[in-house]
Amino acid sequence: MNSDTLIPHVGVVSDIRIDTPDVKTFRVVSPEGGKVFEHMPGQCAMLSVPGVGEAMFSITSSPTNKEFMEFSIKKCGHLTDWLHSMEVGQQITIRGPYGNAFPVDTELKGKDLLFVAGGIGLAPLRSVINYVRDKRSDYGDVQIVYGSRSKDDLVDYKEIIDEWMKDDGVEVNLTIDNPQEGWDGHVGFVPNYVKELSPSTSKTVLVCGPPIMIKFTLAGLKELGFTETQVYTTMELRMKCGVGKCGRCNIGNKYVCKDGPVFRFDQLDALPDEY
Amino acid sequence: MLKISLSRLDELFAAIAEKQALYIPADRADGAAEFRKWEPGTAMSSKLNTLRSAKDFFFPQTEDLVDFKMEGKNIDIIDRRSEHEDFVIFGVRACDARSFTILDKVFLSEPVDSFYKDRRDHGTVVTMACTRPAETCFCGAFGIDATEPEGDAACWSDGEDLFIKANTDKGRAFIDSISSLLEEGDTAKLDQVKAKTKEILSRLPLAGLSTAAFGGDTLNEHFNSEKWGQLSESCLGCGTCTFVCPTCQCYDIKDVKTANGIRRFRCWDSCMYSDFTKMAHGNPRTSQLERFRQRFMHKLVYFPANNDGEFGCVGCGRCLSKCPISMNIVKVMKALEVK
Repeated sequence: MNSDTLIPHVGVVSDIRIDTPDVKTFRVVSPEGGKVFEHMPGQCAMLSVPGVGEAMFSITSSPTNKEFMEFSIKKCGHLTDWLHSMEVGQQITIRGPYGNAFPVDTELKGKDLLFVAGGIGLAPLRSVINYVRDKRSDYGDVQIVYGSRSKDDLVDYKEIIDEWMKDDGVEVNLTIDNPQEGWDGHVGFVPNYVKELSPSTSKTVLVCGPPIMIKFTLAGLKELGFTETQVYTTMELRMKCGVGKCGRCNIGNKYVCKDGPVFRFDQLDALPDEY
Repeated sequence: MLKISLSRLDELFAAIAEKQALYIPADRADGAAEFRKWEPGTAMSSKLNTLRSAKDFFFPQTEDLVDFKMEGKNIDIIDRRSEHEDFVIFGVRACDARSFTILDKVFLSEPVDSFYKDRRDHGTVVTMACTRPAETCFCGAFGIDATEPEGDAACWSDGEDLFIKANTDKGRAFIDSISSLLEEGDTAKLDQVKAKTKEILSRLPLAGLSTAAFGGDTLNEHFNSEKWGQLSESCLGCGTCTFVCPTCQCYDIKDVKTANGIRRFRCWDSCMYSDFTKMAHGNPRTSQLERFRQRFMHKLVYFPANNDGEFGCVGCGRCLSKCPISMNIVKVMKALEVK
């Protein structure tokens, strides 16, 4: 009998990191140790707690990490509430990988890259950022513009400060929405900050964050002279099967779980505005 | 062509049922027809079609996927699948037979849905040509000939005899298995019956329905049409159209607590339901207009865009007779094709 993509594997939560008041990063390994499956940056996995629910999450760790997969998850619903209440050693179910990936080995190779993220939107981009950092000579300069509501809401803050900011050829620009004690960095919304920084239009851009942030960031990039063909994003829709059959994430003739979640903005333009 | 006298149908069914499970359309107490497992005494319905489509045989309304045993922090995953037995569906109409090839494009495309494939592999589809199409029929709009049905084997009746012909290897094996009951017969009378049926088909009220205004490259002209408002205004979002539709294949995956743990199953779902696309952080389709539009755009534009122009409708007419507000794909097509 064939195995079926709808039948999950067991995963063990081997580590839990508290990122922000409502985001935790869960490390998942197989019961025998090691990764449950391989993936590429931008791909997703279905995580489930039987009896509670199953949902799609982007894999935030880089595939260059050989020991485990990580998921940064914001507490915002029934299943994520449960996940946030877990302790280390808890087993969950996992299936995947699903969807396409950012074109790290094709279109992005050799390019100067600009990452623009807001809030939990850093999660899918972190996979690419760390992939690029681990294969540094394959890519040009890296600029990361990341913002959140407050300093406490910046996901992966420790890794950003201790690792990303210390890398050669990696520039990190952090911002928070409102002034805060103990914060001497930039204050203001991400789209405006991107315009202020006025990055070179030779860069290829990867954007992820709240829909409103993506919308204004794209508009700002266009003002700076960027075209839609050099900007990528990743989408989030309700999903059940993960393989383009259950119909839930269908927009136009695309299934976000299978044909996405990564799209270039000119590809999104061809789809009906239903996301 | 090979034939058997209609008076010997019971003998034929008994011979088939001896080797594998046989399902035929039979009348329910309320007069509607349904596919039922044949046993001695089960009479074949004379109705044009079954109330529900035949898709249940390959894509059942609910289907168990996997069991979970939960102990402390540990989870045991128990694959409950067991191989199906061979079975025959006898008397499938041309519209429903085409629906299987449409469902195949969904479930047998990579990654293959093994639940569907296993049922498909074990099922033999024996079709029955129509002789009395109804005024709700419009299979012809989708290139289906009700007098020449697809399926592994096809049957025709001329009022006295049942004629049978194989279309696939599975169909040939099926006919071989009952060959002792069959004899060569003259099709002169059958040819007259077919010609008469074709004539009725050409005079049906929906015979002129055209798909010319639809297809994979018509997204922009239809998606933004002002007509969706009026078309969807009375839609109750009940999902009846979806459930009787032979080609609708959206599904949900749910967990239920059992005495021994958790069982995960899938069941039919409808893109017309308000929570279909609802997420923790919002819903991209908040109005019934958007949900209504999605169902018809999928059948008339998105599906053909991905499947060499094949539409996601077979013109069986079930939604025409079952929608409580009398809205249906024909009205949608007729409204949208007028510029």
